[in-house]
This record gives sequence, C-alpha cells and structure tokens, in this order.
Amino acid sequence: MSEAHPTTHDDAHGHGHEQGFVSKYIFSTDHKVIGIQFLVTTLLMLMVGGALALGVRWQLAFPWESMPIVGPMLFSGDGGQISPEFYTMLFTMHATVMIFLVIIPILAGAFGNFLIPLMIGADDMAFPVLNMLSYWFMWPAITCFFASFFCAGNGAAAGWTSYPVLSAIAESAPGSGMAQNWWLLGVTLVGVSSMMGSVNYMTTIINMRAPGMTLFRMPLTIWGMFITAILQAFALPVLTAAGFMLVADRLLGTCFFIPAGLVVNNADPTVGGGQSLLWQHLFWFYSHPAVYIMLLPAMGMVSDMLSAAARKPIFGYKPMVYSMAAIAGLGFIVWGHHMFTSGMNPALGMTFMTSTMMIALPSAIKTFNWIGTIWGGKIEFNTFTLNSIAFVSMFVVGGLSGIFMAAVPVDIYIHDTYFIVAHFHYVLFGATLFGVFGAIYFWYPKMFGRKMNDTLGKWHFFLTFLGANGTFFPMHLLGVAGMPRRYANPYLHDYLEHLLPMNQFMTYSAILMGSAQFLLLFNFAYSLFYGEKVGRNPWKANGLEWTAPSPPGHGNFDVLPVCYRGPYEYSSPLVEEDYLLQTEYIPPEGQKESKEEHAEPEHA
Amino acid sequence: MRWFWILFFAVCPIAALVICIIAPGMDWWFPSEAGSPLGERIDSLFHLILYIVTGTFIGTQIAMVFVLWKSSKQDDERAWFSHGSHNLEVIWTIVPAGILLFIALYQMDVWAEYRVVSNFPKEARRAPVAEVMARQFEWRIRYPEPGRILQIQAQPTDLYAVNELIVPAAKPVMIYLKTQDVQHSFFLPELRVKQDAVPGQIIPVWFEATKPGEYDLVCAELCGWGHYKMGARVVALAEEEFAAAMEQLETEQSDDGFAESGDDDEE
Repeated sequence: MSEAHPTTHDDAHGHGHEQGFVSKYIFSTDHKVIGIQFLVTTLLMLMVGGALALGVRWQLAFPWESMPIVGPMLFSGDGGQISPEFYTMLFTMHATVMIFLVIIPILAGAFGNFLIPLMIGADDMAFPVLNMLSYWFMWPAITCFFASFFCAGNGAAAGWTSYPVLSAIAESAPGSGMAQNWWLLGVTLVGVSSMMGSVNYMTTIINMRAPGMTLFRMPLTIWGMFITAILQAFALPVLTAAGFMLVADRLLGTCFFIPAGLVVNNADPTVGGGQSLLWQHLFWFYSHPAVYIMLLPAMGMVSDMLSAAARKPIFGYKPMVYSMAAIAGLGFIVWGHHMFTSGMNPALGMTFMTSTMMIALPSAIKTFNWIGTIWGGKIEFNTFTLNSIAFVSMFVVGGLSGIFMAAVPVDIYIHDTYFIVAHFHYVLFGATLFGVFGAIYFWYPKMFGRKMNDTLGKWHFFLTFLGANGTFFPMHLLGVAGMPRRYANPYLHDYLEHLLPMNQFMTYSAILMGSAQFLLLFNFAYSLFYGEKVGRNPWKANGLEWTAPSPPGHGNFDVLPVCYRGPYEYSSPLVEEDYLLQTEYIPPEGQKESKEEHAEPEHA
Repeated sequence: MRWFWILFFAVCPIAALVICIIAPGMDWWFPSEAGSPLGERIDSLFHLILYIVTGTFIGTQIAMVFVLWKSSKQDDERAWFSHGSHNLEVIWTIVPAGILLFIALYQMDVWAEYRVVSNFPKEARRAPVAEVMARQFEWRIRYPEPGRILQIQAQPTDLYAVNELIVPAAKPVMIYLKTQDVQHSFFLPELRVKQDAVPGQIIPVWFEATKPGEYDLVCAELCGWGHYKMGARVVALAEEEFAAAMEQLETEQSDDGFAESGDDDEE
C-alpha cells in the first residue's frame, strides 16, 4: 500500500526548488496552503452567512421595522423595511452560504486538506493540481451565488431545498427567475469542487499512508474525512443530476418535476407529466448523507482533541470507527424522514422511521465514548478543550431532538416548524461549528507556528456558547407552539402572537453570538503576528502531524515518518511523559533489536 | 477557573431543563390541548419521547459534568491508561438500540391510522366533505351540493368558499387536498394535522375536531413570498348547524340576484 511512498520522498522536490509568490501562495498545489485558503475563505463566508441570519432574526423580532444601518441603505424606498420577498431570499441564502460555502468546505476543504497528508505521514495529496482546482472551483460557485443574490428583482428564494414547482417555474416567485438558474449553477460548481476533493482524499488515504500507518492506526479525524469522502463520492452525483434535470425543466422545457395542469400565478396551465416529489427524493438522497458530511469530520477532530485534552486514549477506538461507518451506511437509507408529510406511500414512512431511529444508535455510542474518554483523564480547560466539550454537550441536544422528528406521528405535528430549525442548528452550529472552532485553536500552531490567544479564545467560546444556546434552545419551544418555519411575519396568526417576546430574546442572543465571532477573526489575525511562538508539538499530542515542523515546509516531514502505534497512547506506562508519539520506537522489553528492523510496516 | 467551567457546563443544561418545565405555564407550549382524538395520541407519543429523551439528557449531562469534575482535579496522578471497555460498549449499544426500536414500533399504529387510507374511519372515507385546493396564497374550498357526494372533477352544482373550511364537529371528516400551483402544506396546529399539498396529486386527509369551534389553518411548506400570510380557518360545527351552514351556502351561491319577493330591494 505505502510502497510508492518512500520513492516520492527521494525526488528533488522541496530541496532548493524556488517558487514564485503566485505559485506559492495563490495557485499553490501545496495541500497546506490550499487548506489555509479554504479556511480563510470559509471563515469570511461564515460572517456573510451570519449576517444573512441576523437579517432573518431581525425581521422575526421586529417585523417590518427598519433594520439599523443596513435597512435605510438597502431599502430606502420602503422606509428601510424588509419585503417578504427579500425575507425569503435571506433564509434561502443563509442556508446556502452556510451549508455549501462554510460547513462542507471548512471541514473537508480546510481541515481535510491541511490534516490528511500530515496525519497519515504523506508529503502531499495524491493529486496536487486537482486539489488546487478544488479550491479554485469555489470561486465561480461563490460568484454564482452572489450573482443570484444580486439578481434583478430578487435573489433565489425557494429555500435551500428548492422544491419544485416553486423553483421550476419562473412565474411562481420573484426569485424563481434568473436568480434560480444562478443558484443551481452555483450548487453544481460547489459539487464539482467537493467531488475533486473527495476523489483526492480517498486516493491519498488509501495509497499514501506512511509505513506502519495501518487503517486502524489512523486518527479518527482521518477516518471521519475518509468516510466523508466516500459519502460525497456516492451521494453527490445524485444532486448534480437532479440539479441538471431542474435546469432542463427551467430552460429546455422538459417536465421532470412539473405535473400537468398547474396554473401558477395566472400563467398558462403547465403541460407535462412530471412529479415534483421526485425532486424531494433525489435532493434528500444527497442531502441527508450531506448532513453527515457536515458532521463526521468534526466528530473525528473532536475525538482527537478530547483524547489529547484528557491525556488519555480514546475510549473504544474501534467502536468509534464502526459507528462512523454505520452512520455513513445508514445515512443512505434514511432520506425519507425529510418527507414524512409529503404524501409518499405511508409504508415508506414506517420503514424510514425505523432506519432513522437506528441511526441514532451510532451517535449515542459515540457520545458515550466521548464521555468515557474524559473519564479518568487529566483535563485542563483550554480553548480547544472547551469547544470540544461544547461539541459533545450540544450534539446530545441535537441528537435527542432528532428522535422526536424521526417518530412519524410526532413529526406530523412538528414537521416544518421551528423544532426542526432548532434540531439542525444544534447539530450544525452546536456540534460542527464548535468542533471547527476547537480545531482552529488546536491546529493553528501547526498552520502558522504560533498559538492563538487563550484568553480571547475563552471569551469567544463563552459568548458563543451562551449566544448559541440563547438563540437555538427557544426554537424548540417555538416549534412545540406550532410556529412554522420560513414565515416573514408569524404574528399575523393569533395562535403565534404571544411568541414575539421570545423571538426578540433570541434575536438579542443571535446578535451577541454574531458579534462574538469578531473575537475569533481578530484572534486569528492578531495571532498570525503576535501569537506565542511554539515548537513542533505544543499540545504534547501523539499524531504524526506533531512531528513535522510548525509550520511544515514543502514536503511536510524532515524524514519519512514511520508509524509504530495508534495515535491515542496518552499516559502510556511505557514512557515517562504522558504522551507517546506515533513515530517513537520503543524496543520490546528484553529485546535489543535495531530500530531499522522495526521500520518495516506491520502490514507489509 | 476550573470551577467556573465545571459550573458553566452544569448550569446550562439545568437552565434548559428549567425552561422546559416552566414552558407550559408560560404559554410556550402547544397552542392548545389537542382538539382531536388522533391529536391526543400524537401528544401522548410526544410526551413519551420527551420523558425518555429528558432522562437521557439529564443522564449524559450529569455524567459529563461528573467526569469533568473528576478529571480536572489538580494532582500528580497520571490519567487512567485505558482503551475502553468491551462490556460497556455492548451495554450502551444494546440498551439504546432496544429503546429506539421500542419507540419506533410504538409509533406505528398512530401513523397507520392517520395515513393508510384503508385504515381511515369508514364514514369519513365514504363521504369526503370538501376539496381543499391551495394556491398562492389562499385556500379554496369546494363542497358538494348538500345531499350529493363530492366528485374528483368539479361539478356545476358544487359550492365554493375561500379561506374557510366548514366541517361537522365530533365526527371524522375527510378532505381531498390538492394544489393549483406550487407545493403547500395543510397544517392545523390545534388538531395536530399536517399534510403537504403536492403538485399533481390529490391526497386524502382525515381529521376530527372533537369540539365545535374555530381552528387555525396555516401553510407549512414554503410556497413563495406570501407563505406567511396563507392563513385560513377551519370551522367545526355541530351536525345540524353544519347542515344549516351548507344550506345557507347553497342559497347564497344559487342566488341569481332576482329576489323572489321585493323585501330586500331597498338594501
């Protein structure tokens, strides 16, 4: 498996091979630079997506009132008031940006790129140019989304799920014209970018592991990335195909998703004989696995961070790997739980309920193992530890609230209410983003050779955690109270009127949470120049990445790393220190063999 | 700082629990008692899951805070060098699996009653009260003429209304749900009914309003800019009143403007 590897290291590359600025920092094929490019881009997009969310929150707290500063600038004609068309675009774009431009690329693009070669002991990705292209395909995608945003009339406003017929017929909404075409093109391009990354990750992880790095010695981060890459490769083509079908419906006059006889907005009745339900099946066949694409890498990174924080081996390494694989496998047969009220065959509802309940099981196993990892450890509350604990704590809430919606009869009531909004924000913000924040603090020293400021980091964590819970927890109650999602003004309905104060509280929390992110950005930029300089292994962790210089040069390692054990041998009785690098050779007791003989990889 | 963070991770879940406990009293809970027999069963299933989930939540949070407290002690002891426990893994795989499977199986019959057409109450299935057609952004109702059966195709004698669906109370009723344009969703929060209106499909939906009264009907699937204002009412009337209301609707709609007597001419 890793035979090819030593030869690549004998090449001249990395030695006296000068690179210009452009090829070094912009069109770079170095996985570390690409990872950092992804990280910076996605953090900026995080702020954009957050701003859109604040627009949504503003309208829900102060319906039809002028937004401070932004309102008069954007809508001077309407006295600063948001229009309902604009509101529908806000949440559509918020979800689009957050999912396609933040969470998926920050996990797979930023951390996947940066960490995979370093953690498996490779000098770069298998396909460096493809890797570069995967980053540079993000920009056309971003451009398309922004083109959609700024389209005359209105931006795409059919929700990130873009259910036809709303998204298929231009007359159905102001945002369903050209803006929807741009949006679909953007999704396709993001898909191209993800697919390039995914192929690359699979190849790299399978073929380029260092000698001795067997599959079951891989850090859980790598397992998370590997399984994610497989999910992407199998699920994404379905979304792309569905996207093309929808584009064909819109531009070429086909009728995949458009049934006959609809009269939309007084236009001529539609001809055709398509099925709009087909889109839901295709869309969720991708987008449910995508939920795990947005989660598994974070689960892996949190496992690594918790183990390093607790100075203790991960509790149940193999069950952790198997449960990730189970989540991925089951992830392909649960998509129907997004469609319980859609009128599909009720027998499917029962099937999907059972499979969905079962997918909660591996998540539960993982949670118990994380708690088991901390149990009996020696923990110190620094920033990445706090963020990892928050990940577990909020993932529990997000996981448990999922059970309500998996149960079909209960879902009849809470489907498409704020309950689901609470659920996926607990998973995507509460879990994934806290995992990402932790990972930024944890691997920042490896990226830049300096630590981020811990005090600022703790403030950022504290405010974000309070803000996030203050924003997302009450959403459960809104859902139980029957408040549907995507309402520009829910208070129009008598039974929702009394929820205004709660929504205002949530908006204040969201503003707090949004402002706290400036601390992160500031800390990120400030520490580039003034952060404490660190050596190779500031956290005394075990992984291969910590044996490389900080930041690693082109080609990553000074010498070819050889891996002797798994990455979680913290507090091993074999050594004095409380960590034991994967590369450190310890001769078995009573034997005095030379290190070279042991350099043979175990599986060779 | 150690105590601060331990308390922090302890207080947040406690706050969440307190909020959930006081929520019904603060009117942050279901909009009303379930107004239909099936709704009551849905609520009890909701509460069953709520209890199981709350127990799990408390358990995991206590475990979490406990291990944080134990493992953050400042002493010279080394961390416990353990790679896990096979027995524990087996326990915490089998127990949750059993609970989850129980939840899934326990839900099945309510779902079957609600959605499987052959399980619909016979009286409701035989005589659908109305066809509800959603469009941007209103609900159009088509009733059969009193004494006739609702046909899938519109009949010349049919009666029409907008944004007000009149149904008899205290008995199961069935409607045909369809949409004229994009996808909508027929949501009766008080009765715990939700069904998407899917383009190109006619979907039978049944429900029963236990008591006469007015119930909110809202749209729960994004249908365009006016999604939020697609509100209407379901009015449940006692049997005789329902018949009278239908008669009145028929009189109104068959009124050709020529009054039979001159009584109303001045108006």
